[in-house]
Amino acid sequence: MTSNDKIIEIEVLRYRPEQDEKPFLQSFKVPFTDDQSVLQGVQYIKDYLDGSLSFRWSCRMAICGSCGMMINGVPKLSCKTFLREYYPGKITLEALKHFPIEKDLIIDLSDFINKLESIKPYIIPAAPRTLEQGEYLQTPRQLDRIAQFSSCINCMLCYAACPQYGLKPDYLGPAAITLLHRYNEDNRDAAKAERMQLLNAHEGVWGCTLVGYCSDVCPKDVDPAAAINRNKLNSTMDYFLRFVAPRGGN
Amino acid sequence: MAGWWLKNPVYVRYILRESTAVFVGIYAVILLVGLLRLSSGEAAWNNWLIAMQSPGAILFHVVAMGAAVYHSVTWFSVAPKVMPPLMFNGEKVPVAKIVAGQYIFAGIIYLVLLGLILWG
Repeated sequence: MTSNDKIIEIEVLRYRPEQDEKPFLQSFKVPFTDDQSVLQGVQYIKDYLDGSLSFRWSCRMAICGSCGMMINGVPKLSCKTFLREYYPGKITLEALKHFPIEKDLIIDLSDFINKLESIKPYIIPAAPRTLEQGEYLQTPRQLDRIAQFSSCINCMLCYAACPQYGLKPDYLGPAAITLLHRYNEDNRDAAKAERMQLLNAHEGVWGCTLVGYCSDVCPKDVDPAAAINRNKLNSTMDYFLRFVAPRGGN
Repeated sequence: MAGWWLKNPVYVRYILRESTAVFVGIYAVILLVGLLRLSSGEAAWNNWLIAMQSPGAILFHVVAMGAAVYHSVTWFSVAPKVMPPLMFNGEKVPVAKIVAGQYIFAGIIYLVLLGLILWG
């Protein structure tokens, strides 16, 4: 810290389940330079002001998806957001909305992990290839169909942005449906019929009312709202095709 | 979650977009009543026409028109999300072009309708 540093006020929603009955806001004065991220601000608090502050982080470069939090009410990756954007105002940090708080800025993400597992986010081939047969091939054009949706880093900002997930916790939600779409559209995959059951369910694609905020907050431009809403058409086709084609046309 | 839709301008715009349906619904009912009046004879139809010229009816139609325009604008902007990717010559058509295409298409339809009313 040099005398030239500016000072910004960072308010953090604290919650230590052993000591606190309910979450409360605690304010810190943090010196910063223009190249420092909000994550670095929180790290400063932990290193110099209050070592008990807890938060998740890893890569510092917007690819691990660990450091998502509510920054002045908007879900953002704290490593990808700069302190200078808020100066001279103050910053309020809270744990990601719609998830239970485990401690301070750390959420319990088990609901999302269970949903992610349920969509089988991996390639299930019609006939597994042996090592001698080599890899599963894909043309650039086939890759182009799914490339955007495969950029999801599981940061859960879209879940914090989605009011439908907040209102109906059973809703499969933006990232899980997007990844489901990514594998369904993959030419190397053959498990579409199985995954369509999840999409067609009450908790599936029809839980979405196209608020569209998930796509606004996505740090990787995945556009989950597009993946979800294209599957409303797929789900409708799947429903009607079962009357004319065996196995729902899949 | 109580009052959730007031807590973020994005949610407020979403609720505004969805509530435009109320005005469109009332407008549809008014049109249906008009049809019913038409089937009940000339006097009934003329009374309906007079009722439509009252300040209250005109005010409602102006508001309903605003709601319908707002709904159309929001719909045009999300339409690329709800349709499968549009391919042309093996390339994805950019979102901006799809949105612009809808305005052009809507413009043509309005001009044709206007032409039919004026000269049809």
